[in-house]
Amino acid sequence: MSEKGKELGKILSQEVIGTEIYSMWIELPQISAHAKPGQFVSLFCTDKSRLLPRPISICEIEREKHALRLVYRVVGKGTKEFSKMNVGETLEVMGPLGNGFPIERMEEGKKAFLIGGGIGIPPMVELAKQLKGEKQMIVGYRDELFLTEELKKAGKVFIATEDGSTGVKGNVLDVIAHHQLDADVIYACGPTPMLRALKKYAEEKNIECWISMEEKMACGIGACLACVCQSKEIDGHSHVHNKRICKDGPVFLATEVEL
Amino acid sequence: MINMSVTIAGVTLKNPVMTASGTFGSGQEYSEFVDLNRLGAVVTKGVANVPWSGNPTPRIAETYGGMLNAIGLQNPGMEVFCQRDIPFLKQYDTKIIVNVCGKTTEDYCEVVERLSEEPVDLLEINISCPNVKEGGIAFGQDPKAVEAITKEIKKRAKQPVIMKLSPNVTDITAMAKAAQAGGADALSLINTLTGMKIDVNRRCFSLANKTGGLSGPAVKPIAVRMVYQVANAVSIPVIGMGGITNTEDALEFLLAGATAVSVGTANFFYPTATVEIAEGIEQYLRENHFEDIRQIIGAVQ
Ligand SMILES: Cc1cc2nc3c(=O)[nH]c(=O)nc-3n(C[C@H](O)[C@H](O)[C@H](O)COP(=O)(O)OP(=O)(O)OC[C@H]3O[C@@H](n4cnc5c(N)ncnc54)[C@H](O)[C@@H]3O)c2cc1C
Ligand SMILES: Cc1cc2nc3c(=O)[nH]c(=O)nc-3n(C[C@H](O)[C@H](O)[C@H](O)COP(=O)(O)O)c2cc1C
Ligand code: FES
Repeated sequence: MSEKGKELGKILSQEVIGTEIYSMWIELPQISAHAKPGQFVSLFCTDKSRLLPRPISICEIEREKHALRLVYRVVGKGTKEFSKMNVGETLEVMGPLGNGFPIERMEEGKKAFLIGGGIGIPPMVELAKQLKGEKQMIVGYRDELFLTEELKKAGKVFIATEDGSTGVKGNVLDVIAHHQLDADVIYACGPTPMLRALKKYAEEKNIECWISMEEKMACGIGACLACVCQSKEIDGHSHVHNKRICKDGPVFLATEVEL
Repeated sequence: MINMSVTIAGVTLKNPVMTASGTFGSGQEYSEFVDLNRLGAVVTKGVANVPWSGNPTPRIAETYGGMLNAIGLQNPGMEVFCQRDIPFLKQYDTKIIVNVCGKTTEDYCEVVERLSEEPVDLLEINISCPNVKEGGIAFGQDPKAVEAITKEIKKRAKQPVIMKLSPNVTDITAMAKAAQAGGADALSLINTLTGMKIDVNRRCFSLANKTGGLSGPAVKPIAVRMVYQVANAVSIPVIGMGGITNTEDALEFLLAGATAVSVGTANFFYPTATVEIAEGIEQYLRENHFEDIRQIIGAVQ
């Protein structure tokens, strides 16, 4: 009926890539065929006392293998359940959901920042693979690094750690200042304080800035109005100032949303 | 041939399965997963006279076998709804039931009057939303208020009127009888049960609204009991809902006395639930040698 669907995904691999951080490849023929960087999937728990979907960003797409890579942090019961699953087991997945990053905003000769903070880093991996032009990956961690090797394949990686154990001590903006970096377009995903700081930075510098947002979700497709964020413009659905993160987002132009 | 059609206030649905208001939008988003032609009816999200922006986020929280929501009836208002959502639904061979919300009797009446010119089959009046302070629930917890608002709406409505009842009352049959006395053509129940969840790590409320409406499998036994009580207390048809996820759940409501059923929260984790339940009911009738769905309505012993 459409590009979106719900399918039973077979786990092809599951590995630990950091403290409580897991990387999983799932075979999803239909979803992987249509997936774009910055989109997400809804994962469903097998334990049906937990009904709602767990939204997880698409980290990598392998069309030949008909598979998606998801990288997630164990924070509660649902992600705990996923982390206990073994290769060969299946789980219900719905997707691809959301709009994704507008990769057409970049072209040869232009420079981009791909900024990821903590568990906001995963979607930057596929974006880095598909984006044209000069890519500067700016990633912020508490202390422990993950996915840096994957990002290095696509361009230069600049690292910030809160404790200063690797790269610049501080946050992603400290890295930009420290190396005196600049860009024409920003793509970012990470915690709200980071996005808020980037929105301000981009507005001051007049740089086009695309941010990926988060909210609790129920339907994941724009029907229930659970996952709204405040938008500057009147939204197309309810004609108020509430855009749906699952459908109109998760990626928004920073100037378009209130944080 | 098994007869799957049921009639509510003179409107015949091809099967008794419909969507529960607020969980299915106006069908547009779910039409990517479900063939709307196979539904008895689509019940829309609540629509008011003017756009409502709803409550702050977080608007939902998961609970054991269910969820809390405090969306706060965000909706685009009746003009956009009539111009966009009704023409969309008219493309399909299914009945259109518009859920109406308001803050005052006048608000409800304004929407009902506006809809009278539209190709809408039935109206469902939400006097039971627990998440909006000003209205909704205020009308649904006092039999006198239920009867009064039903009367006002019936005076103006061109389409048959379904009153949607709240389970957050001591005696739901009193509300049901009051709606019937006010002239309601049918009843639907249950709306959500008021609940609360607290995040112990952050020591704060899980919902920005503090309280929200509980729905999903966790509420089903309460809903079945209330549908049974109401079906035995009134003579108008009852539409049953609350936690329906599969065929067996839907059959419980039909056996308890519901003429039709609505599927709500299940759409979120099982987008094709509605059509699969419609098929499942037909299979059950066949396997148990019934020729007509009406043979099982209220047939519990
Ligand atoms: C668009 C989007 C993309 C995401 N991508 C990733 C990713 O790539 N990797 C990753 O580790 N995490 C990601 N998250 C966060 C992830 O969805 C949550 O960590 C996860 O749902 C937690 O589930 P749980 O059962 O372990 O936690 P619990 O706290 O037990 O979950 C309870 C409920 O709250 C919801 N919930 C909890 N935290 C969040 C959150 N931060 N955002 C939305 N819903 C939440 C759950 O889905 C569930 O319904 C993303 C969130 C969104 C909205
Ligand atoms: C997210 C959400 C939004 C809802 N919005 C409405 C609404 O706008 N109007 C209404 O009458 N009921 C609304 N309801 C209540 C449902 O229609 C239904 O009565 C209730 O959820 C019980 O059914 P269920 O357990 O199958 O979901 C909503 C429920 C949910 C979960
Ligand atoms: S989760 Fe339902 S609208 Fe976004």
